[in-house]
Amino acid sequence: MALFALRRLLLSIPLLLGITFVSYVVISLAPGGPLDFLTPEDPNASPEVTARLIQEFGLDQPIHVQYWQWLKRAVRLDFGRSFLPDGRPVLTKIGERLPVTLFLNLIEMAIIVGLAVPIGVLSATRQYSLYDKITTIFVFVGFATPDFWLALLLMILFGVQLGWLPISGLRSLNWEYMSFWQQQWDFFAHLILPIVVATFGGLAGFSRYMRQSMLEVVRQDYVQTARAKGLSERVVISKHALRNALLPVVTILALALPGLIGGSVIIESIFAIPGMGQLMVQSVFSRDYPVVMGNLVIVATLTLVANLVADITYGLVDPRIRFGGRRRRR
Amino acid sequence: MAAAGSPRGEMRQFWRTFSRNQLAMCGGAVVLVLVTLAVLAPLLAPWDPNRPDTKKILTAPSRSHWLGTDPLGRDVLSRVLYGSRVSLAVGFVSVGIAAAIGVLLGAAAGYHGGVVDNVVMRLVDLMLVFPRFFLLLAVLAFLKPSIWTIMTVIGLTGWMGVARLVRAEFLTLREREFVIWSESVGAGAPRIIFRHILPNAIAPILVAMTLGIPAAILTEAGLSFLGLGVQPPYATWGNILNDGRDYIEIAWWMTLYPGLAILVTVLSYNLMGEGIRDALDPRLRQSRVGRIVRLGR
Repeated sequence: MALFALRRLLLSIPLLLGITFVSYVVISLAPGGPLDFLTPEDPNASPEVTARLIQEFGLDQPIHVQYWQWLKRAVRLDFGRSFLPDGRPVLTKIGERLPVTLFLNLIEMAIIVGLAVPIGVLSATRQYSLYDKITTIFVFVGFATPDFWLALLLMILFGVQLGWLPISGLRSLNWEYMSFWQQQWDFFAHLILPIVVATFGGLAGFSRYMRQSMLEVVRQDYVQTARAKGLSERVVISKHALRNALLPVVTILALALPGLIGGSVIIESIFAIPGMGQLMVQSVFSRDYPVVMGNLVIVATLTLVANLVADITYGLVDPRIRFGGRRRRR
Repeated sequence: MAAAGSPRGEMRQFWRTFSRNQLAMCGGAVVLVLVTLAVLAPLLAPWDPNRPDTKKILTAPSRSHWLGTDPLGRDVLSRVLYGSRVSLAVGFVSVGIAAAIGVLLGAAAGYHGGVVDNVVMRLVDLMLVFPRFFLLLAVLAFLKPSIWTIMTVIGLTGWMGVARLVRAEFLTLREREFVIWSESVGAGAPRIIFRHILPNAIAPILVAMTLGIPAAILTEAGLSFLGLGVQPPYATWGNILNDGRDYIEIAWWMTLYPGLAILVTVLSYNLMGEGIRDALDPRLRQSRVGRIVRLGR
């Protein structure tokens, strides 16, 4: 097992290098380098900023030297300073935002798994029933609904028309004057709409996957054997089938993570939630390149770590993977 | 896959299965209607989509403006109609780009194996580590936004599913007799790949492309909604939603209708795509293609 984990760990090192490389390629896409955009009209283009830029990106040096310099600093998580007037280190800016995004994504994942597993299992065990058909329709509509549109509709309905829920930020303006429990409720109320929107699409995909996985397992010989032994259908499904159908779920969760995190870009900018996604959009608009780069590297690295954890967990729960070498890829 | 019967017989077989699938037929019909509407938009649109009218700012749906007007007094129905052209164009072109890259890399990996396979698959792993929207945004931060940029960027970040799929097909097909035979009579790699193997792998690629179009449309709408996609004065569904975003309290029609257009379009492409998949090959049902494309979103 340790060997398996170690091999996975080693395999992710080139990927990590790749992440930094792709990010660097992205920044060098700008024709004439990042300075090209800093026209005299640009409020960021004060002489000291320009000087700092040239020095920070080593623009007077050949490209491989530039990459090497940037990489040496990126390894120490030093992504430079923001171009914005505050000029704060990129890492500090991301550090303030990261917990919010992680917190939201963890809650979303928990809700998705908690709901999708029973939904998927029920549709699979009652294939082609009315219930199965209704969930299938839900799945197709869920796939086709743009999350930002759903967010706007819910804002119109619950925020504007009914006035039940707050539609932006994480706290009300008068938060400081509330009692402790009022504060908790206020925070919770602010989370409802963003989380509903973020889980909607994921729920559709995940319950569909769960149904598929369950349908495959139910056809296996060992499930037939369990039935032939005279076990009740309930025991067969919950003990023999479900456990095996849940195995691939670990991997799927990890694979779904980039999608969820990517979704926070839109969710956070609609609901004005101060997370990584909102930071990304803001820094793209203000052409705050160091923050864009730092964001990209951190987000990709996080996904890589999550994949690694999922791989190792999968190896832990399913011995076939550990001894069989490569896991079966879809 | 193309095992039994003449091409025409296969087409007939395909049509028989496809036409029995009511949902897929509905999806296909709606897709046809949508394409027609997009092509005929200049004839059908009741107003010029870009002409502002200061006397009609944010008017509710009425007989002269079925879907109301926007903050500049432009007709929302005309803008939605014109927006469908952008959506379809982005969908088709970006999926074309993604498929071209995916087929080339996947074919090289599956056919040559070894080092090539390793390099390509690590590249796929690498691309999949980036949350797509973050990558798209980062790239767009450095490029001047235009419809061509959007198509290219969506294509460049969406080829991984096709590459995996094509590689898997090639891995199994390259061991078959007809390939080994061609090799033994001295056919070169490009000829074997494009003339002999690829035609046999075309069905799953087409299915992946059909299902890729709605995904690309959703992505473009999301980018345009953020203001980073296709730029004004072009009307796109995402742009209209973005224009209406500040007025959700008074002008619900600017949010409801363009979103419905996206929903209906994506839904019908998906239903049609799934129908094509089931009809092309029952074995593809609930197998690789579906899952790769589904997870790709």
